[in-house]
Amino acid sequence: MRVVVAMSGGVDSAVAAALMADQGHDVIGVSMQLYDQRPREDGSPAFGSCCSLDDLHDARRAAAALGLPYYVMNFERQFDALVVDRFVAEYTQGRTPIPCTRCNSDLKFSTLLERAAALEADVLATGHYARVSYDEARGQYLLRRGVDRRRDQSYFLFALTQTQLARARFPVGDLEKAEVREYARSRNLPVAEKPESRDICFVPDGDYAGFIERRDAGARDAEGAFVDASGRELGRHGGVHRFTVGQRKGLGLSAPAPLYVLSLDADGQRVVVGPKAALERTTLEAAEVSWMAGAAPAAPRRALAQIRYQHAAAPGVLTPLPGGRAGFAFDAPQPAVAPGQAAVFYDGDEVIGGGWIS
Amino acid sequence: MALYLDHNATTPIDAAVADAMDGALREDFGNASSVHGWGQRAKARLDAARASVAALVGGEPTEIVFTGSGTEADVLAIRGAAEALEASGRRHLVVSTIEHEAVIQTARALARRGWEVTWLAVDDSGVIDPAALDAVLTDRTALVSVMLANNEIGTIQPIATLAAMAHARGALFHTDAVQAAGKLPIDVAALGIDLLAISGHKFSGPKGTGALWVRRGTRLVAQMTGGRQERSRRAGTENVPGLVGLGVAAARARTRLADIDRVAALRDTLERDLLAAVPGTHVNGRRDARVANTSNIGFEGIEAESLVIAFDLEGIAVSTGSACSSGTLEPSHVLKAMGLDPHDTQNAIRFSLGFSTTADDIAHVVARAPALVERLRTVTAGAASRGRDAATVGREA
Repeated sequence: MRVVVAMSGGVDSAVAAALMADQGHDVIGVSMQLYDQRPREDGSPAFGSCCSLDDLHDARRAAAALGLPYYVMNFERQFDALVVDRFVAEYTQGRTPIPCTRCNSDLKFSTLLERAAALEADVLATGHYARVSYDEARGQYLLRRGVDRRRDQSYFLFALTQTQLARARFPVGDLEKAEVREYARSRNLPVAEKPESRDICFVPDGDYAGFIERRDAGARDAEGAFVDASGRELGRHGGVHRFTVGQRKGLGLSAPAPLYVLSLDADGQRVVVGPKAALERTTLEAAEVSWMAGAAPAAPRRALAQIRYQHAAAPGVLTPLPGGRAGFAFDAPQPAVAPGQAAVFYDGDEVIGGGWIS
Repeated sequence: MALYLDHNATTPIDAAVADAMDGALREDFGNASSVHGWGQRAKARLDAARASVAALVGGEPTEIVFTGSGTEADVLAIRGAAEALEASGRRHLVVSTIEHEAVIQTARALARRGWEVTWLAVDDSGVIDPAALDAVLTDRTALVSVMLANNEIGTIQPIATLAAMAHARGALFHTDAVQAAGKLPIDVAALGIDLLAISGHKFSGPKGTGALWVRRGTRLVAQMTGGRQERSRRAGTENVPGLVGLGVAAARARTRLADIDRVAALRDTLERDLLAAVPGTHVNGRRDARVANTSNIGFEGIEAESLVIAFDLEGIAVSTGSACSSGTLEPSHVLKAMGLDPHDTQNAIRFSLGFSTTADDIAHVVARAPALVERLRTVTAGAASRGRDAATVGREA
């Protein structure tokens, strides 16, 4: 079988490539160049720590160590249009986006998968911690959490369709991170000890507000009011794109008890703040819901819902709604249900479906 | 079958070149600036190399400045002349839009330093109209830089005419001849220019070698400062083995030119047969007055990047023309400058033949291409019909 492995320059995708090669597959390593990598004209590097030329260099070295053909494909235009523009737009609309999910479903398992098919590859493998398998009884592909629960990335993959899952392989999904590193060492991969990347790859310094303001003049000039739940103004701020629901730090407000962002009103440029208790919600509604089985469950059912990457999925009742929507009623209140984040529904460790919190 | 058709990127080293370099590395290892015998032998070998390179371009040995690359020769020509002329009040540079990055980025750097830079357009066949140059020259123009032959499409520019125009306004004229050397006869006197850059590895010499021909009497400020090597125009201990190789390569390039018509015939066969075998293909750029080895072919409905990879997986090395820092492919600035539709700036493949290319090689490419292109087109068409072809989204944005 011919396999294209998407190599990011990190240890997980390098080991994914190694595992596929060791299973005897015909492996081609590919990295996606997502940005203009040229240094700026004043001589400073274009990007800091991630998605950089260093990462492409690491991917190339790992492929060379494995003796694999390796190519860098340019996805700058597509990434900009499908991921970065959306990221900026969502923040300016008072939402908290997850660009990684869009990148997976709309770029990696879309454009890159097509490029792989053009190279006569049967499947596309990545270094995600998740598991995909075919269930004969149900006649469908299942997406399950990775064996290493702390690193599980199924949350970022919920939007993959059956067609996409049929061509996806996640070779490290059956391993613990420590085993991945051990495998990398045993294969003498130069990235075996490379630290994990954090933050969003195109904002390596973590300054989302600065990034958004460089791309969007409206955000640059935005300003508005902090208000409490009753609408009383408590202070001024530099635009809703600077905030996310549940945020406490960086508000610059003084109050007897700590204040948290409760909600964002982009049209009125209002940031509603209040005490921690007011953050808790027992229900959510998600839009653009995709179901692994291809169709919504016939009736409400018990399930787990995960509402951000670092959230322990919580139990409750999942109710399919018309118009590609779904509701979820938690058994116990959950803090900081942020519009724009994904709500992913699980049955045990199996993804049932997911959508975007509205 | 491993088939190399990317000779405009680099060429395999000539065996005679490698042998000569080996001798210079192992035996005549001296520093050419040294007084003793080792130094003198190294110096003698450099002198021979200088004479050979001068003969390749029709200049005098004393007019040759050795550099570490073609890029360095371009940079020395442009920055060196600019710096020499700055005090005279001439601070205007004219360069074409289809130059190599070595020239483009150097011009941009001068623009950031306050120079006025005029970008000279090309027509849809990839050639500069001399009238366009005439229109932009002023009494403040210091230097005009136009390449002799383009690296992506191979078109030869009317350098003699352009140089005469520049001189009529008191400006100097530089030409980047990196893609011309070894592919067509060069005579700096007939071209009537002041500066000319070449690169060793483009004509079976070693990488890390280049040369700038500087017309006697032309003022040039050294960009690499230090010792007095290269008549104080390029400091640093000479790369004797490399330059010995460059000299041998230059001599062989002159004699091999006798065989260039055979290369041109193979290139023409490639174009004729490929265009017949693969529908939806076209040749980019003027087909006459091109260097003999270069063919730039557009494959409608595909991404060139994917076709280059597909060819490579078949053992056939070709290119899209210009690669950026990470090795990925960008829309060609040359094809853009020719006014091609955005789609057509990203579906072009450059085939660049060498003296070792055979008729069998050409037949092999022509035999393999239709299936590869068909497969890529099927995938692209499928993606487009499902309405989520990201590439299309990007183009429309």
